[in-house]
Amino acid sequence: MAVLYEEQSMLRDMAREWAVNESPVNAWRKVRDAGLDFDASKWAEMGQMGWAGIIVPEEFGGTDFGWMSLGLVVEELGKTLTASPLVASSLAASAIALGGSQAQKEKYLPQLASGELIGTLAFDEGSRHRGAVAEASVLGGKLSGTKSFVHEANGAGLFVVLASDGVYLVEKGEGVSVSDRELVDRRDHAEVTFASAPAEKLADGSDNLADEILDRARILTAAEMLGMAQYVFDTTLAYLKQRVQFNQVLSTFQALQHRMAGLYTDLELMRTAVEAGLTALDTGFKVPEAACLAKARSNDVLHLMSREGVQLHGGVGMTDEYDVGFYLKRARVLEASWGGSGFLKDRHAKLNGY
Amino acid sequence: MATAAETRPEDDLETFRGEVKAFLKANFPDELKGKGNALRSVEGPTEETEAEKAWRVAMGSRGWGTPTWPKQYGGGGLSKKQARVLEQEMAVAAAWNPIGGMGVMMFGPTLLEYGNETQKQEHIPPICRGEIRWCQGYSEPNAGSDLANLQTFAEDRGDHYVVNGQKTWTSGGQWADKCFCLVRTDRSDKHTGISFLLIDMDAPGVEVRPIQMISGMSPFCETFFTDVQVPKENLVGKEGQGWTIGKRLLQHERTNISGGGASMLNAQPLSKIAKDYLGTDENGQLVDADLRGRIADYEIAWNTFLLTARRAIEESKAQGGVSEISSILKNVGSKLGQQRAELLIEIMGFRGLGWEGEGFRQKELEHVRGWLFGKATTIYGGSTEIQNNIIAKRILGMLDHQ
Repeated sequence: MAVLYEEQSMLRDMAREWAVNESPVNAWRKVRDAGLDFDASKWAEMGQMGWAGIIVPEEFGGTDFGWMSLGLVVEELGKTLTASPLVASSLAASAIALGGSQAQKEKYLPQLASGELIGTLAFDEGSRHRGAVAEASVLGGKLSGTKSFVHEANGAGLFVVLASDGVYLVEKGEGVSVSDRELVDRRDHAEVTFASAPAEKLADGSDNLADEILDRARILTAAEMLGMAQYVFDTTLAYLKQRVQFNQVLSTFQALQHRMAGLYTDLELMRTAVEAGLTALDTGFKVPEAACLAKARSNDVLHLMSREGVQLHGGVGMTDEYDVGFYLKRARVLEASWGGSGFLKDRHAKLNGY
Repeated sequence: MATAAETRPEDDLETFRGEVKAFLKANFPDELKGKGNALRSVEGPTEETEAEKAWRVAMGSRGWGTPTWPKQYGGGGLSKKQARVLEQEMAVAAAWNPIGGMGVMMFGPTLLEYGNETQKQEHIPPICRGEIRWCQGYSEPNAGSDLANLQTFAEDRGDHYVVNGQKTWTSGGQWADKCFCLVRTDRSDKHTGISFLLIDMDAPGVEVRPIQMISGMSPFCETFFTDVQVPKENLVGKEGQGWTIGKRLLQHERTNISGGGASMLNAQPLSKIAKDYLGTDENGQLVDADLRGRIADYEIAWNTFLLTARRAIEESKAQGGVSEISSILKNVGSKLGQQRAELLIEIMGFRGLGWEGEGFRQKELEHVRGWLFGKATTIYGGSTEIQNNIIAKRILGMLDHQ
């Protein structure tokens, strides 16, 4: 655990308490069973607590608490698999904060910070993330193209869209159609088709705006994955301490002790990588490298953790009644988001000149 | 611990920096730049040159080789901040610390904590001056991971003990002057029957046989004790306190082994070496795509390890005690060190498998020996399996009996 400021500890404790009491895994189960993407009343509560504006500057209605603070909240929500557009909408807000004009910031950031408007990134066009490349094109202020597997697309009112010549803002409405894609995690994903949709460019950012946004997406997603990995580890450990076979508690078997020691080691390394990523965003130091590190480690560790979690639960881990399967399914969706490990290792090598 | 910080306010740090610079200029000869410290070498001592000796004496007489140890026992008496200044300036001058070995890394800190005044006055100053080599008499043929099973026996004969038994994996035993040893003084209890005893390696009845390792080197020995007389003044702490003292010493050892990764900090990046050996394609990418991916994977893991080591220090400082994650550093650091060595020899192909003779660069031959020697790091100082036991039991609470 990184050494935190007092405000950060308070925020983390508040998020932890809220997640455990107001949004436990069972709440997600109910949302799923009701066929919903997320619980709108809970999202409204999150907005009231200011979480949607944690990385939004104060002059635009946010708290400007920084990425580490947002990461702490996202981690806690990841633990209980809280379904919400917090990650997607924060990323949309950060895109505008990075590349938007004064007018664009004034128009969108306050609404995003309060949670009344949901934003999301619409970057990828295929079934695998390929980095900051897109074929969607803009002609005379109208954007056309198809974006695949856009997270939180049904709930979103604003899309941050990657086109061949830059990043654009498109409001849901004219020229925008959304077609559901039901993934294993049962969350909100859809294909979004833009047919000459009115688009405004984010023209005030750096030449690397799309990569900067993607690095934020990688790091914040890794924070959610960290919460999930921690939860799977904790529940698996608790299960091993109460399950009895051969008249023995499973946790007394050395074969299992060593596997858990290995997973604990991996988990702590993952925590370091994620916290280093969030710190890099707050300091602006070597963000691309830190993003590769955070997401690649998180992919590998959560992948292993989610498999071992099911295995160590035995047969009950295969049942819908137990929570561990939810984490397995959500894990794979997040692993595929914004770069699998192969993509990230390639990116790391390129950043380091080989 | 007395430090000079009391008499030297912090704003005098820059004055101290000037003092260090002047000292290095006057005492560190150019010809020694970038050379190693023989005391720290696993291959044992080489003949000390005049320049090396002068440098050791210069540092040792100031106590700067053991910068934060108390001045009254020959240490530098420096504050942590001053020690950092010394370290920084030595790095700038490409100077190295000529004082090292097990006396510095393990035995000294332990004796400062548990030794009596006479013992500290006798043993600490020669360590600070780099005059005495210490070796560790812990492991025995039947007491490796199960160290407390050790059987070397010290029989009470009034004013002295008579020691009989066999130690093994005695690092540097053939060059050592003295040995800090765990011996059994009571056979009735496994743990409280152990005592911490200091034995002269040239005492009658001590015999040392080097063990040839897979690396071709003999950094370890078997040490036999036959009716060796040891005066009772050489008992550290009380009889039966050896296990407590011995474990404390192992904490210093583990810190140093995981910190051993520090020597890799200045090593050339694997990706650069790979580019030299394998070449790149028209996009500037390593031609072997699979190896490229594995090098990237290794580098990401290594960077994460370094950040974790730093995190452990920050957490320990913030909470005023050793951070829980310190326990994972030995396993992770030693495994990554081995992984690097394996990648390195793979990158070099057959040239990375040279034993000796013509056709190889000196560096290549060194890497091969290092690769082989490095297999020890996951075995000594508490094997990976023992570390996993510790993590499972002490941190995760997975007890054997519930």
